[in-house]
Amino acid sequence: MTASIATDGIVSNRLSGEELAENFSDLHPPLDPHEALVAADRCYFCHDAPCTTACPTEIDIPLFIRQIATGTPESAARTIFSQNILGGMCARVCPTETLCEEVCVRETAEGKPVKIGRLQRYATDTLMAKPGHPFTRAADTGKTIAVLGAGPAGLSCAHRLAMKGHAVTIYDLRSKGGGLNEFGIAAYKSVDGYAQDEVEWLLAIGGITVECGKSVPLSELADAFDAVFLGVGLSGVNALGVEGEDKNNVLDAVSFISDLRQADDLASLPIGRRVVVIGGGMTAVDAAVQSKLLGAQDVTMVYRRGREAMSASEFEQVLATSKGVRIIYNAQPLRVTGNGAAAAIEFGYTETVDGKLRPTGETFTLAADQVFKAIGQTLEGAPDALNLEGRKIAVDENGRTSVKNVWAGGDCASGGDDLTVTAAAEGRDAAEDIHTTLMGG
Amino acid sequence: MADLTSEFVGIKSPNPFWLASAPPTDKEYNVRRAFEAGWGGVVWKTLGEAGPPIVNVSGPRYGAIWGADRRLLGLNNIELITDRPLETNLQEIKSVKRDYPDRAVVVSLMVPCEEGPWKKILPLVEDTGADGVELNFGCPHGMAERGMGSAVGQVPEYIEMVTRWCKQYSRMPVIVKLTPNIADIRKPAEAAQRGGADAVSLINTINSITSVNLDDFIPEPTIDGRGAHGGYCGPAVKPIALSMVSEIARNPETTNLPISGIGGVTTWRDGAEFLALGAGNVQVCTAAMTYGFKIVQEMISGLSEWMDEKGHASVADVVGRAVPNCGDWQDLNLNYITKAEINQDSCINCGRCFAACEDTSHQAILMSEDRTFSVDEGECVACNLCINVCPVEGCITMRELQVGEVDERTGREVDGTHGDWTTHPNNPAVAAAE
Repeated sequence: MTASIATDGIVSNRLSGEELAENFSDLHPPLDPHEALVAADRCYFCHDAPCTTACPTEIDIPLFIRQIATGTPESAARTIFSQNILGGMCARVCPTETLCEEVCVRETAEGKPVKIGRLQRYATDTLMAKPGHPFTRAADTGKTIAVLGAGPAGLSCAHRLAMKGHAVTIYDLRSKGGGLNEFGIAAYKSVDGYAQDEVEWLLAIGGITVECGKSVPLSELADAFDAVFLGVGLSGVNALGVEGEDKNNVLDAVSFISDLRQADDLASLPIGRRVVVIGGGMTAVDAAVQSKLLGAQDVTMVYRRGREAMSASEFEQVLATSKGVRIIYNAQPLRVTGNGAAAAIEFGYTETVDGKLRPTGETFTLAADQVFKAIGQTLEGAPDALNLEGRKIAVDENGRTSVKNVWAGGDCASGGDDLTVTAAAEGRDAAEDIHTTLMGG
Repeated sequence: MADLTSEFVGIKSPNPFWLASAPPTDKEYNVRRAFEAGWGGVVWKTLGEAGPPIVNVSGPRYGAIWGADRRLLGLNNIELITDRPLETNLQEIKSVKRDYPDRAVVVSLMVPCEEGPWKKILPLVEDTGADGVELNFGCPHGMAERGMGSAVGQVPEYIEMVTRWCKQYSRMPVIVKLTPNIADIRKPAEAAQRGGADAVSLINTINSITSVNLDDFIPEPTIDGRGAHGGYCGPAVKPIALSMVSEIARNPETTNLPISGIGGVTTWRDGAEFLALGAGNVQVCTAAMTYGFKIVQEMISGLSEWMDEKGHASVADVVGRAVPNCGDWQDLNLNYITKAEINQDSCINCGRCFAACEDTSHQAILMSEDRTFSVDEGECVACNLCINVCPVEGCITMRELQVGEVDERTGREVDGTHGDWTTHPNNPAVAAAE
């Protein structure tokens, strides 16, 4: 007998394969050609466009939208990829509502921005469906560069370096490339194995070797290569620091999402009947929504501050609640209770006074057979030689670290938001600086 | 309530909106539906001589250009006159007119440019009870190659000759439909008047190729690997039609010649503009072909609402009201000074005014660090381009400088006098006269 949403405990097969397929289908299905033309027609082709300024990779958005409107989506894709080789993934995962679309003048005018993200997907999908690769390598420079981490920052850096004619080797600890695109984000944002397709397409530039399941110490890399780029991400997960955190079924949200993304059969994934997610970022939303989509009956997200402080955008919050997730603001965990495994979690309400969070003294308890921690990730295992800024690798505006010929970018490096698009920009810019440095001297 | 009834060359209709001679008026079925929808009149699609009817292509007859969201802006056609037997059309006209005595039924005609065929067909039309005839001297494709349509309309002497025959062999009012494919629209209008025409109607369609298939290098619409020019109509041609109507209306020779205005009438407002420039009524085709007959209801209600609001009691009160204000460039007041003003509350900061002015005009719009856009009155020539490219209606306006104010661009004070090119010191003609 299969389980239902009301089956107690952590079980698999709560929903049928059909229901799961429906639940995990594309969050924003691609625009068809007519929809794309209608959406593109709304762009005013602004001068010094605010959308372009808001984009961390500074894609010329008015230009690519005009190229779509005039029936040349492949040219549009080239405009996008020339700034951001991961433009296809960014079109899917970017919080456009807080970036380009937030500042669209039609948002100002009508509260309805041009659908920039979906138009970007239309253009990039169109080009990527064609055989071949839009960029070619420059003549071999004889320079070699090691890239640590095959996530967005590393891939973006490697592609730009390969284009310049350098030989790149990417090392990644995981079994395959893609980083958080492959292991981190919600499944409904990147369906049908898009992350791997994108890696494969990107590598078609040539000149890039990928070594998975492998880590090489920085000192060795620095000796063997002309330059090193670190795009290792944040592999550590912050602890709650409360009593009972060590009980069974108190898990890291990132591991849950990673398992989900790698699962061949979603029905086989066990999920609790009552799931509590602690945190207020994108990872928390991704974990909460996907728990619900797997068939959990009650899913509650608990965030210690108010709605306005939440790092998940309003769009993400609405998405979560529309899928049936309850969000409780201004509460922090006090203790996890249960006999061996988690059974409930006790929270205390908080308030912010003079910018400081403090308990109000009121408490409540949520039944929970599964608890996901999503209160942030940290840099782990950074080489001692590198200076840190806060808890990240210190870099200048070109991505240079404190060590000569070592650059860093993406979530592991200081500056910028922890977003795919920011990582893509930092990887690209570091590559340009590496190129200038290696070729200039 | 404003009185929308119309009397055009003695032909009465409940409103001034007629369907032009075209596919919508090719047969009884359509015309009855049009009258049920509220159209004031129709000009029945052009009849030709008795005998084997003409033959149309059986591939695409229309080509189009579109605006945003495929809004149809311009339509091109290569259809000919009616391809149904003359007798069938005449019977249907008679039947419709009998059942709709209050509506205008005018019959469009096109027969060879010889006296015999015109003499022969006119009594047949008169026998149907139709209210008048419209001479199709306008169609630019197909029939023109056979010496009819615009081939006649481009030769004022032929227009005069055929019009005279029609007045000689018929008691019906004769409306002459003009082709715009000519250098000076006043000449054919004058010729029609000399021939005794009761009115002219214009414009017929404009020679056009709407697009070229870039895979095969063939103009569209494409018939078996070839294309030919067609006749262009729809919203895109309205400005051309308005100008031509105004030229006939203000030409002293033809100032009393009634005009039926045609060309891109899509809304009540378009219709009112034609009336204001001197048209006694308007004819519509593309709008009906795009949206169906029902649009006439908006045209009627819109015209009525506007007339009530402005206190115009009847259609006749509106006709020609803008004609006295139409003149030549040389009469425009060069001492009239305006400056663009940007309303910062409605500005959405798109910067289109800046790009247009900076790149292509007078560098009179300034952009601050925080992308606030403002007008530099020292450079602004009031060209209006910023208003035309601004996506927010009413955000940029023109402010007229009052007497005593100084134009920062020229340093000259506005003195309230009229001064035009005919008296301007820079005009060599003025200097020569001294």
